[in-house]
Amino acid sequence: MSLLTDDQKMLQETAASFLAEEGSIARQMRHWREIGCKDGFGHSLWKQFAELGLTGICIPESHGGLGLGATEAALVLEEIGRNLTPSPFLTTAVAAARAIDGTACADHWFPGILSGDAVLALAVDEGPRHAPERTGLEAKRQGNGFVLNGEKSFVVQGVSADMIVTAARTGGSPGEREGITLFAVPKDAPGLTVDSQALVDSSKAARLTFGGVELNADAVIGEVDGGWQPLSRALSAGSSGAAAELVGVASGASAMTLDYLRQRKQFGKLIGEFQALQHRAAHLYSEIEVARAAALKAAQLLDSGDDKAELHASVAKAKAADVANLSVREGVQMHGGIGMTDEHDIGLFMKREAVLGELFGDVYYHRNRVAELSGY
Amino acid sequence: MTDLDSFRSETRAWLEANCPPEMRQPMRSEADACWGGRNWTFQSVAQRQWLEAMAERGWTVPDWPKDYGGGGLSPAETRVLREEMQRIGARPPLTSFGISMLGPALLKFGTEEQKKHYLGQIARGEIRWCQGYSEPGAGSDLAGLQTKAGDKGDHWLVNGQKVWTSYADNADWIFCLTRTSTESKQGGISFLLFDMETPGVSTKPILLISGSSPFCETFFDDVKVPKDQIVGEVNKGWDVAKYLLGHEREMISGMGLGMGGSLGATTKPADPLLRAEIAAFDVDALAFAAMSERFAAMWKAGEAHPASPSMMKYAGTELNKRRNELMMAAGGSDALEWESERSRKGATPRSWLRSKGNSIEGGTSEIQLNIVAKHILRLPGA
Repeated sequence: MSLLTDDQKMLQETAASFLAEEGSIARQMRHWREIGCKDGFGHSLWKQFAELGLTGICIPESHGGLGLGATEAALVLEEIGRNLTPSPFLTTAVAAARAIDGTACADHWFPGILSGDAVLALAVDEGPRHAPERTGLEAKRQGNGFVLNGEKSFVVQGVSADMIVTAARTGGSPGEREGITLFAVPKDAPGLTVDSQALVDSSKAARLTFGGVELNADAVIGEVDGGWQPLSRALSAGSSGAAAELVGVASGASAMTLDYLRQRKQFGKLIGEFQALQHRAAHLYSEIEVARAAALKAAQLLDSGDDKAELHASVAKAKAADVANLSVREGVQMHGGIGMTDEHDIGLFMKREAVLGELFGDVYYHRNRVAELSGY
Repeated sequence: MTDLDSFRSETRAWLEANCPPEMRQPMRSEADACWGGRNWTFQSVAQRQWLEAMAERGWTVPDWPKDYGGGGLSPAETRVLREEMQRIGARPPLTSFGISMLGPALLKFGTEEQKKHYLGQIARGEIRWCQGYSEPGAGSDLAGLQTKAGDKGDHWLVNGQKVWTSYADNADWIFCLTRTSTESKQGGISFLLFDMETPGVSTKPILLISGSSPFCETFFDDVKVPKDQIVGEVNKGWDVAKYLLGHEREMISGMGLGMGGSLGATTKPADPLLRAEIAAFDVDALAFAAMSERFAAMWKAGEAHPASPSMMKYAGTELNKRRNELMMAAGGSDALEWESERSRKGATPRSWLRSKGNSIEGGTSEIQLNIVAKHILRLPGA
């Protein structure tokens, strides 16, 4: 594994100062929550992402992007996680961008992602647990096109998305990878019902109902029945990206907790002087370092096109979710009563971790993937 | 072709010609390692040839300077050599505490004369070293050590006892922490080097729960040590000791984890609950392997926190204990057999029991957590 290059360190610094300033909890997360924003994030901030070039990290230079990859995306995502910044970066600029990269659809949507005008979402799950192979949304051939019937759930940014990359079944049966096709579904497609769901972390996800949505053949992303390839590419990028964001959540929560341990006094002592808390804090530190290395490793393997990239994306997602969960639980516990209040930010980390932990498959899903990919 | 590419192809060709086939077989245990030293009996002609060929190039310690018996390789070349050795499954030509512990400390704190003399011996596998740190009354509280080195003008007179001295009964020389002043706890320690054949030195092996005796009690009774066999200044030995511990912890953190690959792939657990636990372990092990790679790169580049070996040691040894617990669970009643040939003389339970020491030796897990809390997290009063 290589250390960060000077260019990567510079990008990291840019992202860190931009998000700490513009993307802070007070300016974004709490602000949009208080005013009841229907999208759950600020479009003006998304435009700023674009102005800094960040939305084009995973877009090839031939399309006007930065032509970088998962590693650079991970650096930005860690800062997003640390600040709990609500943003379509992961779904739009990482997962959906990877899904459409190299297909005709890219010509149509990359310019909007680059300018910060377009939001894209990924519709995969159909029940409460992530199971992409079990895709069952029906897409039947009709004339020159397809007609879609069924439901999708947990479509993050699905409420604000201009286009939704949708996994549907054109052949085979649920459980099989063959027979899945990806479609570019525009938000105003007749027959599509978008039902907005406020989630525990104040973000918005959609439940989609496809009631005879008619699409032309050119809505197909990649090959008919061959959607598994772009889908798994998008999911690996998404898992690796979510892992990096979770590392940021874990770091943010732990930094806040360590500050508290250095300030709060009980029994006439700073509580950080108690060894019972010191050892837990040190253990957490060690776990976060390990999770960060796993996330970085997965990103670097994705960028080099390594055979083991999918395995390591699952390792990273499982480890980072596990560690972020530990960090937020320890965070709330060590803050004591104040940690239970809505006024304090530590609870927001706990809520965000719950959503990110689930996105693109939870700890159990990815542990199972690691076992399968390791041959047991 | 870049310089590194040509280095790689030359290295590959040289290894192909010089690494005997027997030395490309995986090591079954620590007993297959070549430790070197005055009394070493090579287990095979191949083991001797391999050591000699590598030592001649300085490749037993590839990144040490050539003047001190090393290969003078850059970090990138060292990595290439390691990768090329891994590619053919080449065993390390030499395993020693001289390489992993004393050498780095001498490189940093030794005089020019000491470096020339001792490092060359280490690189060629001529002298086998042991570590005299812990004492019966100084375990976790290492700086509380009492072994006394009295200043007798032209020599030090050493009296006292060490414990947990790894392979003291097979070692030629010892690097030893001694008390040269009682005025300050950490500021009264000196780092001495001496021959284990010096009159007054004796050792007694300690039988462990695993049935093996890798450690000894070591006794010093009026041992005369020449005045110049001190590393660093008098009463400044704690600095040397701590630096060396960093290297020891770095070494221990990786022990046992690089071997065997995926635990699930090896054990094929049929029980779904055990499979789930093993999958959780494999995630942690692969994540830790990524951390080890990152740590090694950061450490070499000088970007790692000086206390980070404590974090690595803590995480690595706790993981290795978990691996061994799961090996026992996966083995079921087979893993209870202690002597049978089919169990390779109880390899699984012996490894399991031995692994319990991993989080004790080189500083307990609790001590490592103290160090992380104090030096990295800077928590109050730690």
